[in-house]
Amino acid sequence: MSLLEVRDLTTAFKTERGEVTAVEDISFDLDEGEILGIVGESGSGKSVTALTIMGLLPQPPARVVRGSVHFAGELLTGMSETRLERIRGAGISMVFQEPMTSLNPVLTIGEQIMETVRAHEAISVRDQRLRAIEMLDRVGIPSAVRRLGDYPHQMSGGQRQRVMIAMALACRPRLLIADEPTTALDVTIQAQVLDLLMDLRDELGMAIMIITHNMGVIAETADRVLVMYAGRIVEQAPVARLFDRPLHPYTRGLLDCVPTLEQDRNRLVAIPGSLPEPARRPAGCRFAPRCGHRIDACSAAIPPLVAVDASHASACIRTDILA
Amino acid sequence: MTALVSATGLTKHFAVRGGSFLRRHTTALRAVDGVDLQIRSGETLGLVGESGCGKSTLGRLLIRLIEPTGGRIDFDGHEITGLSTKAMRQHRRAMQIIFQDPYGALNPRMSVEDIIMEPLLIHGARADAATRAKVAEALRLVGLPARAAQRFPHEFSGGQRQRVGIARALVLNPKFVVCDEPVSALDVSVQAQIVNLLQDLQKELGLTFLFIAHDLSVVKHISDRVAVMYLGKVVEVAEKHAIYSAPQHPYTQALIAAVPVLRPQDRARGRRVRIAGDIPSALNPPSGCRFHTRCPHVMPICRVQEPALTEPAPAHHVACHLVNPV
Repeated sequence: MSLLEVRDLTTAFKTERGEVTAVEDISFDLDEGEILGIVGESGSGKSVTALTIMGLLPQPPARVVRGSVHFAGELLTGMSETRLERIRGAGISMVFQEPMTSLNPVLTIGEQIMETVRAHEAISVRDQRLRAIEMLDRVGIPSAVRRLGDYPHQMSGGQRQRVMIAMALACRPRLLIADEPTTALDVTIQAQVLDLLMDLRDELGMAIMIITHNMGVIAETADRVLVMYAGRIVEQAPVARLFDRPLHPYTRGLLDCVPTLEQDRNRLVAIPGSLPEPARRPAGCRFAPRCGHRIDACSAAIPPLVAVDASHASACIRTDILA
Repeated sequence: MTALVSATGLTKHFAVRGGSFLRRHTTALRAVDGVDLQIRSGETLGLVGESGCGKSTLGRLLIRLIEPTGGRIDFDGHEITGLSTKAMRQHRRAMQIIFQDPYGALNPRMSVEDIIMEPLLIHGARADAATRAKVAEALRLVGLPARAAQRFPHEFSGGQRQRVGIARALVLNPKFVVCDEPVSALDVSVQAQIVNLLQDLQKELGLTFLFIAHDLSVVKHISDRVAVMYLGKVVEVAEKHAIYSAPQHPYTQALIAAVPVLRPQDRARGRRVRIAGDIPSALNPPSGCRFHTRCPHVMPICRVQEPALTEPAPAHHVACHLVNPV
């Protein structure tokens, strides 16, 4: 049994123009101590997937249409809010992209971390404080004792993201979901935060789901990768395999269209067109209108995710020909 | 090659009010602090650095969108610092800017044609057939269909809006274009389209670009030379292959080492020296070399004396005491 088991997860939102499906038929497992990368562009559904797992989407307008999420053997989908609250923080916790809007500006960071601990554990104020110091220390905030009394605005962006991670770790979760944790950070600070996440996995054996649009962040951290496009998983593979032998034309396109420091490219191979809006997704394969390998059959039906071996799967009807 | 744009000792200090409400005081935020920089005719100079280093301020100073506190700017053989608004006008059309956010930079109530035509009208054109023809030509240049003229910004995707922003910048036939993070707000799969477009336009129209970005990979791809800024100072300038294969300044080295590599088997973690700590505030920059608080090679002199920009190798400028011992 995996720590997290997601099956056929489908989430829709009520809008003025009727119900729009945001993510569709998402299935994957995440093991204890594993770092799973989810990569996709805007509208791919990567954040909605995470928020559905956490039960953090307001229902309505959101609705889980079908599918299930099991965490440590417990079914989360349909679970009462009271029981979900117990799991959030202590079982699964989440770090968001923008630490400034996720932290309370009028509480000191010490109070905020202690509040998280208090919500899940019956321990004395003194122990809450010790835990807060331990966590700030753990995420590399210098002179943690002194910084407990600081307010979020007194810290830099990188430090605030460390505080967010400290709060997420305060109740020793088994799974940390990090949604674009370094997107708002400068590159030297991004490197520090990615190193920190990997150290935490090694030392605490925590599983991490890292959600990003940046293939470089995936290459640096993930053990296994899901590639999402327009609400669906289009490819799934161990990280080295994905970069060496990408199968889906979208994954290949993503890898070819970014300039890299390692090689010189005269001209970038752009993916034509733009991302479809959730309400106007094309029939059949959603990438087909932008794909250079498109044939008529691509638009006839949504291609299922098909395994090419035990660890690698792609949702493309032309995999045999293109591989 | 001759310099089209040249900055000498260029400085911009912003006054920032601080303190408690009983003890108000103003401090100078030294956004750009004595920058010397030449941009050669026909080249793309990449300008990189982290948030708050002053790269966008420098870009705006060079085309006088904001007024410098000190120093001098020369454009196409003329000093333009201190020119009156009227005297500036003849130079204005030769220098344009493309902004990062294609959502915020276009007036949502104007049609694409009006948006692109506006700079022509400001420079004395009439809204006649000849002017409309120029708008149509600008749309063609950036790869938008002629029918786009009658539509409004919200009808376009981010990449298409950025094309409108580029058309507006190019309609006056400028010589010099400041590209301020032109692809940062775009989805990865769309970025390449805009990067390719900018390169094609440069070739076709003989443009000179200052390409400001925090993404070192994009800058490497598009630039001929690269300048690195840290806390209001240019710390290194060189031809791009020299910057990326033999960076001299410890900050440039750290910046390049921090970029994730697209090869999972070569993960950087634990293998490379990474700089610790945060970027200090430009309100109160460190003494001496501004990078000394984070530099892995810091020496006593770095804390007291600011290193000058020197040329240790031909056309490679570095401001570091390691490279140029006192």
